[in-house]
Amino acid sequence: MALTDLLLAVLLVAHAIGAVAALATRRALGRGLVAAGGLTGALAAAGLGGVCLGTGAVPTVSAAFLPLTGLALRIDGLSAFFLVVIGLVGAAVTVYGFGYSAAYEGRYSLRLLGAMLNVLLLSLSVQVMADNALTFLLAWEVMSLSAYAMVLTEHDGPGTVRAAHWYIAVTHAGFAALVAMFLLLSAGDLTTSFAGMRSASLSAGTRDAAFALALLGFGTKAGIAPLHVWLPMAHPVAPSHVSALMSGVVIKMGVYGLLRVAIDLLVGGPAWWGGLVLGVGTVSALLGVLYALMEHDLKRLLAYHSVENIGIIFIGIGAGLMFQSYGLTTLATLGVVSGLYHTINHACFKGLLFLGAGSVLHATGTRNMEEMGGLIKRMPRTAVFFLLGACAISALPPLNGFASEWLVFQTLLGGSAIPQPEVAIVMPIAVAMLALSSGLAAACFVKAFGITFLAIPRSPRAEHAHEAPWSMQAGMATLAVACVALGLAPFAVVPILGSSLAGLGGVAPTAMGFTLALPLQVPGTSGRWSAPLLALGLVLLVALVLLVLRGLGADRRLRVGDTWGCGRIGQSPRMEYTATAFAEPLRRVFAELYRPTQDLSIDFHPASKYFVQSIEYRSEIRPWLERLLYDRPLNVLHRAATWVRHLQGGSLHLYLFYLTLAFLVLLTLARWWR
Amino acid sequence: MIGYVLEVAQAALALLLAPGLVGLLRWMKARLQNRRGAPVWQPYSELAKLFQKEVVVSSNASWLFRAAPFVVFASTVAVTFLVPILAVPLPFDGVGDLLVVVYLLLLGTFFLSLAGLDPGSPFGGMGASREMTVAALAEPTIALAIFALALGAGSTNLGQIVARTMADPGTSVSPGHLLAFGALFIVTLAETGRLPVDNPATHLELTMIHEAMILEYSGRYLALIEWAAALKLLIFFALLGNLFVPWGVAVTVTPVSLAVAVGSLLAKLIVLAGAVAVLEIRIAKLRLFRVPELLAASFVLALLAVTSSFLLR
Repeated sequence: MALTDLLLAVLLVAHAIGAVAALATRRALGRGLVAAGGLTGALAAAGLGGVCLGTGAVPTVSAAFLPLTGLALRIDGLSAFFLVVIGLVGAAVTVYGFGYSAAYEGRYSLRLLGAMLNVLLLSLSVQVMADNALTFLLAWEVMSLSAYAMVLTEHDGPGTVRAAHWYIAVTHAGFAALVAMFLLLSAGDLTTSFAGMRSASLSAGTRDAAFALALLGFGTKAGIAPLHVWLPMAHPVAPSHVSALMSGVVIKMGVYGLLRVAIDLLVGGPAWWGGLVLGVGTVSALLGVLYALMEHDLKRLLAYHSVENIGIIFIGIGAGLMFQSYGLTTLATLGVVSGLYHTINHACFKGLLFLGAGSVLHATGTRNMEEMGGLIKRMPRTAVFFLLGACAISALPPLNGFASEWLVFQTLLGGSAIPQPEVAIVMPIAVAMLALSSGLAAACFVKAFGITFLAIPRSPRAEHAHEAPWSMQAGMATLAVACVALGLAPFAVVPILGSSLAGLGGVAPTAMGFTLALPLQVPGTSGRWSAPLLALGLVLLVALVLLVLRGLGADRRLRVGDTWGCGRIGQSPRMEYTATAFAEPLRRVFAELYRPTQDLSIDFHPASKYFVQSIEYRSEIRPWLERLLYDRPLNVLHRAATWVRHLQGGSLHLYLFYLTLAFLVLLTLARWWR
Repeated sequence: MIGYVLEVAQAALALLLAPGLVGLLRWMKARLQNRRGAPVWQPYSELAKLFQKEVVVSSNASWLFRAAPFVVFASTVAVTFLVPILAVPLPFDGVGDLLVVVYLLLLGTFFLSLAGLDPGSPFGGMGASREMTVAALAEPTIALAIFALALGAGSTNLGQIVARTMADPGTSVSPGHLLAFGALFIVTLAETGRLPVDNPATHLELTMIHEAMILEYSGRYLALIEWAAALKLLIFFALLGNLFVPWGVAVTVTPVSLAVAVGSLLAKLIVLAGAVAVLEIRIAKLRLFRVPELLAASFVLALLAVTSSFLLR
């Protein structure tokens, strides 16, 4: 029995045990078994991916191994990479979940939560290993349904059920697109292996249709604009470790699927495919961060940032597809690699941030940033982890967010190799929008960290916050270490990602000139930078400044005093800047996009209008774009549904008539068809 | 080996010159306004005094408030090792390119803004919010200017950009370079807190950005922040001077070429300081909500720069 077979068996069995244990046992034992099963399975997934990436082996598992016929698994480089992502985040999330779900004891169904967590992890792993459409679609549906069940955990929370409805509706619309796409690709037989689809010769129109359906189906899961509406609703209401898993890994399945179909099965296509992906990526990146800026619900802010980061991943992949269509294989590989790099980076820092937000929610019982503040003193470790994640997502060097955004920038700069004038317009705009979204992300995370963790508590809940238990800290620490390691080692990560694309059509990893040399040299362009040296330099400089200050005898006295309040003694939280105020300048700058509704009522003194008695100001931002896109079709659908309801009149005779009629029509059709 | 000595010498020179540059700018402004003005070395005395004073820290503030000055100072000093101030190619050229330089400076801004929020003062929050707004809106212009320069040089690395312009002097007057220079000049004003974006001479809470953010700082922390701000100004001037008009930058390490490099650097700094001083006495500060219009103008300049470099290759 090969190592890979063993790991695969461990993966399947561990998750199965975890799921069954969740249903069969209770309390701490149940939570422990759920976490143990999830952790073992996740580690097995990461190990399986690591072994395959390390050895370059491409194991296949015959259908006979599985109880159902027609299922097939195969682990190539791309699958192995995503297995590592699933395993890494999955491990952190299950450990964290052990402590986090303790608060649910006696309030919500822990059985369902624990079972579905293991089922979700299992379905994710199976999905990236799937080697035919049937396996893929089965795993996809199990993934969607298990995530749906977990979103509903806090079923009595405001907006939970509505969010879950949106999620399940949008995800099934996407599922329908995927089924149609696979039927097109496999000529009607869903058990055709992916190898068979690769070699099938399809007309250009069919390929275009398949690509469009793939983008639609995978786009809904990934949450690209304008298909992202469900994401900021569903991710915040789920239990926080599930939010981390959904934002970190589940939406990445859209990325995996798109890569699998567009690059592997369809072997690339015309330039507009790449252009379209690049375009929706750019729009998502910008819209996501702009909506995030206006959000004061900590978890929803993070959810909008997922839309932004998926956009950045799509920018990289779209540029890659575009280069591929122009025959620039090295740059194409670079584009896809930058997308993959950002995928694993986003999985780590967004997972970390959601876990951090979960700790805050656990400690304060609220997601509203305006009620927080001062948490850095009450939960110091969580604060450090969250700060690390915030720096990483803001693309600050030398953390991992910068490493991958740098690579995306270099890919876009490589666009100058394409002589087309339209590219001369598209690429610079993509560069500018990427830079704008990363700048705005930095502003947004100054707000998110600054308002939540710094200064004085704005409510008694924040005042009495407490540090998270050890299991939650361990989960966060795992991802924090991953963020630092991925940031410091782009020179090692990038070649691995390059080799993970081996064997995929259209990109040529052998042409990748990445070396293990310290300055990361990008083939095709000649930009260079070295993360470890930069980090070392920063650390040395800080140490040097401290030493010099001490050596030169700078004054070391330190007095603690009050914050200056223009002469006013004593400071109340009401004097602090709020999250709304922090984002106000940007709200004015982008007023055209937000179209805020404002409601101002001033109560004057009856004697003179120069004396104001009270002012009431209310302002709200509703994403008008979504309403424009969704409200009209939903209204039509609703009206159609009301009309169809007339058919269901409650009369048994009528129903029998329908049955007979349908039967007769079908018979006639079947006869006539032949 | 000589390269590493040169790196350290360059960083030390930048650190040494930076307060003087601020003093020079203030002095020039004063003279242009018919005031006598403080001497050029005034900022040195101020820094020396601040290093000798005790620090007062708000009771609301956390460790972040005390760590931020070091992060800001270290990240800004790190940039002086990456930017060609005296010579090309530098041994640390491969450690960071222009993108790294920009994001290192953003790292400093990020921590300074957080430190602004930490004491819980409304001024700090106001400054932090405005600073991040301006920084975010300046970001696309910087990226596009980098793009325009990189298109010509085929690299985002500073050494290569400088070397390329030196090898082909015609490019320095190409439309792409001129437009990118204009865009980066406006960004310089915004990023270093000069008029018309921010007024470095005022402590009026309604107009200030940078000063509001660091209002709670004192003693050696304030000294580090002020010094880093001066250094940032020098870095932007050096970028403007050496990326677009690279002559004078030492290519070989000889005493003569280094002397020329130092001389030309001083000349470029004086010219740019003069330009900013003249600009600052000629224009009034923009309302905060007019600043995006200025940055949008610089963005358009940068976009034109890229497009023209693209088409005129």
